[in-house]
Amino acid sequence: MPQMTDESVRAGSTREDDISFYEKVLAAAPNGEQLRLCLECGNCSGICPFGYLMTYPPSRLIAMLRADRFNKVLETDTVWMCVSCYACTAVCPSKIPLTFGLMTSVKEELLLAGNVPAELQTALANSQRYGNPQGESPRKRADWANGIQPEVKIMGKVKQPVDVLWFVGDYPSYHPRVQSTTKALAKVLNALGVDFGILGPDESSDGDSQRLAGERGLFEMLAEKNGKVFSKYQFNRIITTDPHAYNAIKNEYPRLGISYPVQHFTEYLVEHLEQLTPLLKHEVKAKVTYHDPCYLGRANGIFDQPRALLEAIPGVELVEMAHNHANSLCCGGGGGGMWLDGFQWEKAHVRMSDWRVREAVTSGASILAVACPYETPRFEDAVKSLNGSGPLIVKDIAELLAESLG
Amino acid sequence: MNQDIYVVIEHLRGQAADISYIMLGGARALAQKTGGEVVAVLLGHNVQSLVNNMSADKVLVVDHPALAEFTSDAYQKTLAGLIAEKEPRAVLFASSSIGADLSGVLSARLNLPLISSCQRFSADGRPISQICGGKIMVESDLPEVTTLLTMIPGGYKPEEGQSGKTPEIIKMDAPALDDLRVTLKQYIEAEAGDVDISKEPILVSVGRGIQTQDNLELAEELAKALGGVVSASRPVVDQGWMPTSRLVGKSGKTVKPKVYLTLGISGAPEHAEAIMGSEMIIAINTDPAAPIFDIARYGAVIDMFDLFEVLIAKVKETQGIR
Amino acid sequence: MNIVALFKLVPDLVEELEIDGNGTALNMDFLRLIINEFDDHAIEQAILLKERGGAQVSILGPDIEGVEDVLYTAASKGADRLIKLTGDFQGKANNHAMARAVTSALKELQPDLILTGVQANTDLDGSLGPLLAEYLDMPYVGYVSGVKVADGKVITRKEYPGGLVAEMEIKLPAVLGIQAAEQPPRYIAVAKVRQAMKTATIEVRTLAESDLSGGSTIRRMFKPEAGTRAEMIEGSAEEVTTRLLDIFKEIGVL
Repeated sequence: MPQMTDESVRAGSTREDDISFYEKVLAAAPNGEQLRLCLECGNCSGICPFGYLMTYPPSRLIAMLRADRFNKVLETDTVWMCVSCYACTAVCPSKIPLTFGLMTSVKEELLLAGNVPAELQTALANSQRYGNPQGESPRKRADWANGIQPEVKIMGKVKQPVDVLWFVGDYPSYHPRVQSTTKALAKVLNALGVDFGILGPDESSDGDSQRLAGERGLFEMLAEKNGKVFSKYQFNRIITTDPHAYNAIKNEYPRLGISYPVQHFTEYLVEHLEQLTPLLKHEVKAKVTYHDPCYLGRANGIFDQPRALLEAIPGVELVEMAHNHANSLCCGGGGGGMWLDGFQWEKAHVRMSDWRVREAVTSGASILAVACPYETPRFEDAVKSLNGSGPLIVKDIAELLAESLG
Repeated sequence: MNQDIYVVIEHLRGQAADISYIMLGGARALAQKTGGEVVAVLLGHNVQSLVNNMSADKVLVVDHPALAEFTSDAYQKTLAGLIAEKEPRAVLFASSSIGADLSGVLSARLNLPLISSCQRFSADGRPISQICGGKIMVESDLPEVTTLLTMIPGGYKPEEGQSGKTPEIIKMDAPALDDLRVTLKQYIEAEAGDVDISKEPILVSVGRGIQTQDNLELAEELAKALGGVVSASRPVVDQGWMPTSRLVGKSGKTVKPKVYLTLGISGAPEHAEAIMGSEMIIAINTDPAAPIFDIARYGAVIDMFDLFEVLIAKVKETQGIR
Repeated sequence: MNIVALFKLVPDLVEELEIDGNGTALNMDFLRLIINEFDDHAIEQAILLKERGGAQVSILGPDIEGVEDVLYTAASKGADRLIKLTGDFQGKANNHAMARAVTSALKELQPDLILTGVQANTDLDGSLGPLLAEYLDMPYVGYVSGVKVADGKVITRKEYPGGLVAEMEIKLPAVLGIQAAEQPPRYIAVAKVRQAMKTATIEVRTLAESDLSGGSTIRRMFKPEAGTRAEMIEGSAEEVTTRLLDIFKEIGVL
């Protein structure tokens, strides 16, 4: 039996399960101990975009834990509305790691208890088997690069060191819409003369969204695979297309002993802005608004670099949406949301991406710029189903840069 | 062994299945190679009229109350005796809930070879099977003994197994059919309520291009005339124009109909992955670059609203619907 | 009650398939194997029966790459005995050979009920279930999507086209070909499978030499013509309609 903590004694907790779960949450993330300091202010549940649909939004979850009634939570499924957008964590005055600690741990418990929506199970099973949630052939992971000139180096084939290892990611590798972002980024890197390589078939999913969907063991398995592959090759730094991959490699992999310098591509390109700016010759004459991805902005504080890139494109007039920077609205794809669309639609009959696209239209922008591969398909879908939203175009920053290169 | 090709006729609740005619078509092709006759084998009770339009040289009918409805045990016993006695060149079974229960057991019981998932016969009369979800074709030797085969559709058309004249009927006795290990308790009809699109053979699927909820009536009319139902892609369901039970896609249902006719569906990957099992996809879209055309068998770049009126009228005319 | 679920590993169709140099078999170097999806349902159905009425569940599969993953995953779901079968399963092995070879291992388990997938994507000599049933002198019912155990017999839901279901009563012991478990196979968290790897044991049975008779002799294997972009129907609404009607007639829709 784990040692009784003051709090669990105070809460009158007697059942081993509950105590161990409380302990688990405390240990789940750095600063987990902060959980003891919850004021029950309710900010977290208030700012949660789907909080109104949850039987137990974050503050009530903590109350249930303290009241020794966690088993009640296990009987519900609305925790699966959480898309790990980090909004609750960002507003918590007690600095409780609500997203990584509390919500993710609850999802872990639900997952172990077998209380998992079917769609999510499929994505997890695919990740386990194929190393990507879509269930695509791992052998085809680098197929997007076919025909690109100069040829994209695949580390396992060229067998030579590179300066930059580009961790491409699942959706950028396989999703037909997102592949155009990937090709655009390859074009930008080539224009800058960057010495880069990709892992191709050796690359597995970064695992971050699977972790935030409660599948910690799967995350560790995927991280270990990637760690092993990283150690086979020589490179100076990693860049990622995907903010989730960036978050995983930067913040989570080191806890598993996998440590490499990593940057999101926007961070990396801003460092080369002096070199890049003169190449941006073609005007993109448009009002552009930028959507801060949760795992670039709120979770990792990267707000200025993507905007600096957009402003470097001649013709671009940057406007802000009502929710911007740390207050950005989530696209709904994180924390397993990419794989819970049907489930969440049944509960909500609305999509977060719809809200965001409406805001983009209201901002007066004609282009909605994004920097996360989950967002392009989600926002384009939302544009489709919003009648009269005007000709809003969704583009990744990499695509806009590539356009401006001409 | 003689050179005749036997076809075990499949029927359910008084109706011969399409595959029975397809098999007769295949049997005819094979019999022309072996020089034998096509012999239909019909097990049942008071079902003799089923053979009236069948293209066979002879029909062996085994009539017995215990054969009225399919049960594996009784049908196996009956066929085991019949095949052992007649020793035909080949016996064709449907690759189906009925034929698969029979063919394997009979192969083991009679010690006869079995070749499954045969789609057609080569010019030399060798069975060509489809395996690995249709990705691989296999041509096998036809062994020099009575061979059992299970047949899948695709190689022959039902019309090839139909004929205007009634074949010669030969009545056969059933063996003792008692002490059966398998019995039918009851049939359970498909549940009432909304249709299960994953089981429908004909789907008319509409996308955002349908524009308004009222326009869905046109799709409904077309689907009804074709004997199918309407399904939809996400934007249509999101608008609340169709129930979620009709949603095809990653977050909806996976479908595998005989024909999937899309109207105004672009074919985003989330939709495409759920329709890949369709036997035939026909796409109507105004955008010639729509990805749906990469996975469809047939396509037309045309406004669905230009097409509806003519198409609905012609389909109704053909079906004799007023 | 003793329930046995028997599974096979089959080519994963997510990967491209290649035919070997002789043109008579799949190129094994290119294959990735995966549990036959219907067998996965058979395992799930066995576990559901155990959860509902109590049973000893044994899972058997051929000892080829991937077998341990399947067995440990089954253990995490609640399977009691894990058995891998060593023998010749590569190359020319067929269902007749496998069914004959596995008979003695099955008899030793004294099963009341044997569940196996109704079919597999490589079946070329029928599916495994009916062959097994006959070699074991048990009744067989396939295309099953629901099983109830009742006093020396089972009541199954047997599926027919068009959503029609037949309730069949079968005397035990029996073999069932599972089309779908009553619930889709559950997802097992990686941590649980890793736990099972530490605690569960896998037994080994060696199978008799294989007797291939009853299967087919492959003359050649080939890929069907690759599907390409849609054949575009040009012209007016009338012209498109005429062509569509021809197509509908061709495939028997009209």
